[in-house]
Amino acid sequence: MVTLVAALTILAVTALLVYELYVHSALSRHKFGWSFLVTRTWDPVAEQFGALPFIYGTVVTSVLALLLGIPLGVGAAIFLAELAPPKISSGLTFLIELLAAVPSVIFGLLGVFVLIPMLHKIEGPLRSVLGWTPLFQGPFYGVSLLSAGVVLSLMIIPFIISISREVILAVPSDQREAALALGATRWESTWDVVVPYAYKGITGSIFLSLARALGETMAVTMVIGNDPKIVTSLFAPGYSIAAIIANEFAEAPGELYTSALIELGLVLFALTIVVNGAARLLVAGTSSKTGT
Amino acid sequence: MANGKMSLHLIRRKTVNAVMLSLTGFCTFIATGTLLYILGYLFVHGGKNLSWDFFTKLPAPVGETGGGMANAILGSAKLLALAMVIGVPIGFLGGVYLAEFGGNTFAYLVRYVTDLLNGVPSIVIGIFAYTLVVLPQGHFSTMAGGLALSIMMIPIAIRSSEEFLRAVPLALREGAMALGASKSKAILTVVIPAAKNGIMTGIMLNLARVAGETAPLIFTSLGNRFWSPGWEQPTASLPVMIYTYALGPYEDWHQQAWAAGFVLLTLILAVNIVARFILSRQAHVSR
Amino acid sequence: MMRNIIGAILGIALLAAVGSAQKALKGSGSGEQILINGGGATFPYPMYSKWFDTYHKKFPTLAFNYASIGSSGGIKQVTEGTVDFGASDGPMSDDQLKQFREKRGCNVLHFPTVLGADVPTYNIPGIKEQLNFTGEALVGIFFGKITKWNDPELTKANPGVNLPANNIVVVHRSEGSGTTYVWVDYLSKISPEWKQKVGVAGSVNWPVGLGGKGNEGVSGQIQQTPNSIGYVELIYAIQSKMTYGKVKNSSGVFVSANLASVTAAAARASKEMPDDFRVSITNADGKDVYPISSFTWLLIPEKIADATKKKAITDFLKWMLTDGQNQTEALDYARLPKPVVDKEMKAIARIQ
Repeated sequence: MVTLVAALTILAVTALLVYELYVHSALSRHKFGWSFLVTRTWDPVAEQFGALPFIYGTVVTSVLALLLGIPLGVGAAIFLAELAPPKISSGLTFLIELLAAVPSVIFGLLGVFVLIPMLHKIEGPLRSVLGWTPLFQGPFYGVSLLSAGVVLSLMIIPFIISISREVILAVPSDQREAALALGATRWESTWDVVVPYAYKGITGSIFLSLARALGETMAVTMVIGNDPKIVTSLFAPGYSIAAIIANEFAEAPGELYTSALIELGLVLFALTIVVNGAARLLVAGTSSKTGT
Repeated sequence: MANGKMSLHLIRRKTVNAVMLSLTGFCTFIATGTLLYILGYLFVHGGKNLSWDFFTKLPAPVGETGGGMANAILGSAKLLALAMVIGVPIGFLGGVYLAEFGGNTFAYLVRYVTDLLNGVPSIVIGIFAYTLVVLPQGHFSTMAGGLALSIMMIPIAIRSSEEFLRAVPLALREGAMALGASKSKAILTVVIPAAKNGIMTGIMLNLARVAGETAPLIFTSLGNRFWSPGWEQPTASLPVMIYTYALGPYEDWHQQAWAAGFVLLTLILAVNIVARFILSRQAHVSR
Repeated sequence: MMRNIIGAILGIALLAAVGSAQKALKGSGSGEQILINGGGATFPYPMYSKWFDTYHKKFPTLAFNYASIGSSGGIKQVTEGTVDFGASDGPMSDDQLKQFREKRGCNVLHFPTVLGADVPTYNIPGIKEQLNFTGEALVGIFFGKITKWNDPELTKANPGVNLPANNIVVVHRSEGSGTTYVWVDYLSKISPEWKQKVGVAGSVNWPVGLGGKGNEGVSGQIQQTPNSIGYVELIYAIQSKMTYGKVKNSSGVFVSANLASVTAAAARASKEMPDDFRVSITNADGKDVYPISSFTWLLIPEKIADATKKKAITDFLKWMLTDGQNQTEALDYARLPKPVVDKEMKAIARIQ
């Protein structure tokens, strides 16, 4: 009986959370309607608020984090699960799982004082190799979409590694043995047999990481530059949904301003739900495919 | 001719094999290396800046050097205690429900919502606690911050309790019921005690996780440069201090931020290591 | 059931332990601790922090907790009633006063505390000199129209300084701020275009630049970013050893911000101070005047229901206007002119 009440509390808390966000964003929702999502002006003086620059910043930094994090994370997971001697593998895995416990604000601290100076050093080489693309244009100030993306990737790598490693380890060993017996090289058995088998779990870990990256607040706030503009260059500063809420929520003057920030919170909430939901659908889809 | 082609092909496959395998090793090296490098930096830098004052003194007036974060350490402890008192019972009981009575559609819904709540960004939880506690009460408080943290604890507490309860062998339950115990009696006297260690470790890990949360505290417990009496006043906390001090212009603040980061991370990692040790030992025993 | 009870007992024990630890740590304080909460402007934060620290040492049972969340935050939170007092460097607008009355059912009083200055501070590698800035140059930079450090508008004002051809990085406040208010108030007085396109408020839609949180954040950002320029309160530039420029005043003289030049800016205002103390002194007349100076205010509700809090706040105000003023100059804030102090002493009686 008591346990049922506790279970009901979860539902109540979550429902209340959605309700509060919805009610307190009413002013902004009524004033701007759906255009809130596609407006790029954020002008507190004229009280014109649009979410687009923040959605853009959030998505760009998260995607960048995935682009950097997936190859490194999955690569390391393959190494740890398939190649490394068990002792080394379990030792490193232990370390990596500890790293997943490091709080966001500490990544922010390290981002400001360690990572940004490091990025300043590789700015030149980066520019000479990729400077022709629109992604690496304009001056680099340190705080930027790039820095936020890199910090995020560091935060999600431990997740990708530890989950992917587990699913790869869970692949039955007869799969590998069969491939090797047929004359496949170690890499071929891993890449053509084991990875497809574990595909579902790896995708799951990636989507989980994406959801985490989208909502990540402190580390991003500290290195993204806080500028609500939509710029293609990763060197440019940007702004994410979570960052503007962290910066301005306690100090936004005016009802409409606060309401717009809460609506941003609602948008972020919806975004993470969609990603989590997509992860489920995708995982379900791939599992039925590989199942046959 | 055909043979030559074959061996060329084989060489190519072998090269790909070698290249790709070393590439994965390289990935591991880069990923763990970078992470360990920056953490090592934190430990060296933070340890260097740590002093006795840090644990015993209040922050110095802005711009002056010296002082410590004693109030923030206590503030964090109070916030965590509050979060635990609210979050753990709900989470634990919810976990019992899911593990023991959870075969129906309602349980499926609860599980789904728990995952949903677990995925809510921490900053959004902050807004929630602000509208729920700060606005109606009319002031920032330890209470509001603790509540925000407790909401973050609940979903994890549910899922970890459920997991550990489920891990209790069916034979134990059946044995108890065969002896004539009612289901609830069996749960209370046999299943929960059997899962006790696991659940406790789960709680420890859970606390370690929310101990570093900053975003839900910025506009609920706010900050305080003095001691915060009781539960109804704004309070300082370690993560928020790290955040403000790291972005400040004073060298002394940066150093204190490093020291605070060192203390916070040491605590979190210590809890994690101990918890993992207990869990691995338990896994051996149950096997 | 047993477990829950044990859990509850454990929890309560923990709370009690934390509570008693707190008492023990606080030490001797036998009287009931009174905590007065305030928040707002970061511009006078070092001053307030010093005052509240001194005052706490003087009266150990009284603690004034001040959160430097920015002036707009101060106005917002005092209007919401989440703090006992607010603080701002830009006076509240008529609209904001009206909102306060509607929400709280009484008026809010402005009490000037000190005078400060916004200074243009920059980080140009190799340049240690105090650069000269015309109002037009600052408008141009913050509009994004002047983009290089060797722009004629800048080189003309700085003969003999070898300004680099680097791009200028503008740093501004990310949140609503009185420092911003004072800064854009000045820019608007120089440039009608600024007034029309950007306007005057605590947070504006910046044409260019990076955002830093708080005076602390902007100073931090500038130090980490080569070729940047931003605006901070004088004390932040001094305490964090950053170079800051002179600004050309309305008499055509380049003046550096210091106690004398900021005090000079208040000379006229102190004679013609309106009853509600809301006054702007940017771009004031006089050849010794630093043009981007401002009063900074505490915002205190006219009615304070809690008698102990009311007494604590009025006592503090009296102390601040007398003894407190003696601490200002050590932190490079200008003390209030005598007529303003007298006028405020009378105004304290309006707090009921």
